[in-house]
Amino acid sequence: MKDIREDIAWAKINQDVLKSLENPRKLYWVIVVVAALVFSVGLACEVYQYNVGMGVANLDNPHVWGLYIATFIFWIGMSHSGTLLSAILHLMHADWRKPIYRFAEAMTTFSLMTAGLFVMVHIGRLWQFYYSLPYPNERGIWPNFQSPLLWDAMAIFTYLSSSVLFLYVGMIPDLAICRDNMKDGWRRKLYTLLALGWEGTDRQWRNFRVTYLTIACFLIPLAVSVHSIVASDFAMSQQPGWHVTSFPPYFVAGALYSGCAAIITLFIILRYVFRFEEYMTLPILKKVVRLTFAIAMIWTYLNAVEFASVWYGHDVASKDLLVEKMVGAYAPAWWAMIFCGSVVPFVLFFKRFQTNIPVLFVVSILLNVGMWLERWMIISPTFSHGYYPWMWDHDQWPSLIQWGMVFGSFGWFALLFMLFCKIFPSVSMYEVKEMVYHRSLHTKKTAAVAADKGGQ
Amino acid sequence: MSVSNLLENWAEFRHTHPVDDKPHDPYKWAMSIDLDTCTGCNACSVACYAENNIAVVGKDKFEHGHTMHWLRIERYWDEDGREFPDQGAQFLPMMCQQCEAAPCETVCPVAATNHTSDGLNSQIYNRCIGSRYCSANCPFKVRYFNWYDYTDRDNAWPDEMKQQLNPDVSVRTKGVMEKCTFCVQRLHEVKSNAKSEGRIVRDGEVQTACQQSCPTGAISFGNLVDSESKIHQQWQAQKVDLVQDKQEKDKGDEPSELRGYRILEELRPYPSVMYLERVRESAV
Repeated sequence: MKDIREDIAWAKINQDVLKSLENPRKLYWVIVVVAALVFSVGLACEVYQYNVGMGVANLDNPHVWGLYIATFIFWIGMSHSGTLLSAILHLMHADWRKPIYRFAEAMTTFSLMTAGLFVMVHIGRLWQFYYSLPYPNERGIWPNFQSPLLWDAMAIFTYLSSSVLFLYVGMIPDLAICRDNMKDGWRRKLYTLLALGWEGTDRQWRNFRVTYLTIACFLIPLAVSVHSIVASDFAMSQQPGWHVTSFPPYFVAGALYSGCAAIITLFIILRYVFRFEEYMTLPILKKVVRLTFAIAMIWTYLNAVEFASVWYGHDVASKDLLVEKMVGAYAPAWWAMIFCGSVVPFVLFFKRFQTNIPVLFVVSILLNVGMWLERWMIISPTFSHGYYPWMWDHDQWPSLIQWGMVFGSFGWFALLFMLFCKIFPSVSMYEVKEMVYHRSLHTKKTAAVAADKGGQ
Repeated sequence: MSVSNLLENWAEFRHTHPVDDKPHDPYKWAMSIDLDTCTGCNACSVACYAENNIAVVGKDKFEHGHTMHWLRIERYWDEDGREFPDQGAQFLPMMCQQCEAAPCETVCPVAATNHTSDGLNSQIYNRCIGSRYCSANCPFKVRYFNWYDYTDRDNAWPDEMKQQLNPDVSVRTKGVMEKCTFCVQRLHEVKSNAKSEGRIVRDGEVQTACQQSCPTGAISFGNLVDSESKIHQQWQAQKVDLVQDKQEKDKGDEPSELRGYRILEELRPYPSVMYLERVRESAV
């Protein structure tokens, strides 16, 4: 199993990464075209729903929320691991994150943008969306600051803007490398503009370090708060199945879980498509896989905590709902969630699978299927078995319009992500150099110590 | 955008429920429904449709659960082993309970649903963006969403029927939430009449559409603050207190002579509708 070579020349790093901007495998274009097609399916569904009315989604009274909200949570969740890799592991000086954090951070940004779409398609009057923002208006009308949905809107906007800033700031030295190596053309103009006159002077590097660290510290509490607030949408409500105190940590764990699984998927795709075999090495993949396994166990534990507290809490409505999830109409989806979320990750426990790319690809997708089902199983069963008998056994299955938009969102995400990787360096060049430098220094030191010992 | 407006008016809409800091004066609208006299005839529901311009969605959409009945008659079958047609049933008219501590109000992101000073849970159609959070958090599920454009595209009222729309009630567009208002348009009318004569609304001066049309007089409605009103006396006779979450009836271990109860009281929404239990010779 080969890790990044320590004697790799810096010029070669530049060359390899820059090549990815111009010369990906053919599969790249296949993915872009398929993603565009998938996105257009979702777009068509939204156009139809916008014109005819929300009813075409086959939501009804009282089952007023469905896949849109579930998928919204799913995408918000996906965004978390970017921050985990880029900010938390940055503070912990885990050097293996360096070749892969850039795309993880891009994943954060784009999945937040995808999640935002679901808020839009969910609301009944999209054209009045701005009512939920505290914008200046002559009538002095404010949104309702008590509503968790409003906190949501604010938390997501803050997280999105900070993530974009973090992604961009971390990229400045690399943009300068791109600028210096490009022939004249739109790319060079773009990189010149974005590099902000970076020259790599001592002073610039010092300021850069401080800025980057500051944003990283700022971003970590944001990441935790965003999903806690999404969880508050449910925990602060009064409905059985939602009114659970442990929801915020449960949601954060679930978010990191699905995010890590998505990083494995994208790792495998990027490694192949952009020929990054030399940088996205198997030892790094192995570390991500172990991290995913640990988070999967935390998620499973929190799940068990929730079930146990509902079971022993003896709140009749909540307990009934839990039983209903296990044996009722939603049971197949619920058990599929348990299987994908808590059983499948045990594959990652075995060393031989920790670096087996085809297995990991399938497993990582299954994990995310499980996490998507988890969100759906939070939303829908509550509407079919709440406090009031009128809504009992009221199963309303999503229409093709809803499924179409869920499907389309993956196209939108893939499109944005793939375009990003083609325009911007998706492996951080300067940090890989740093990593190689530190490692070779370390090797030399050990060699010197060994030589010393030998001499004595 | 005035911050002072926000700070000054916040207390107008958001205070501890049920109101200690801001007593209902001179009005608190409340209802009581006698299940013993209710025959489940649905006249109230029909009257509600007519009074409040509720869209009739048609069979197809009804089957998809897109029906808009602000007042629905729920049917509960007795489970005593008998088969239809011998099987007995109970009826329960269900509409917005105008909760004092309404779960729907706090969650609306745009503050489209608020509490009025006379104790109603109001819905501002123009402000609603259709997030449907209010319905998701309503324990009674009495909020109805306009899934389609019933006025124009779906033609819920053909041209010849547009003349019968109530001019005092706005017709709702697609994408907004609506629900029972206790016929707020009637309340406003009598309130302003009374105000111009320098008095408060007399008991019986205003009826809700459902109350008016009930052939057995199962529904009473009025001002709970007015100690002379029928509704006040009914609530008092049943020892149902607006600000309690457990009433006399349920306090003792023995079955009580009292019949008044409020639905899902233990969740503490403090509903404004009291139901009177059905009296039966053989309780099932």
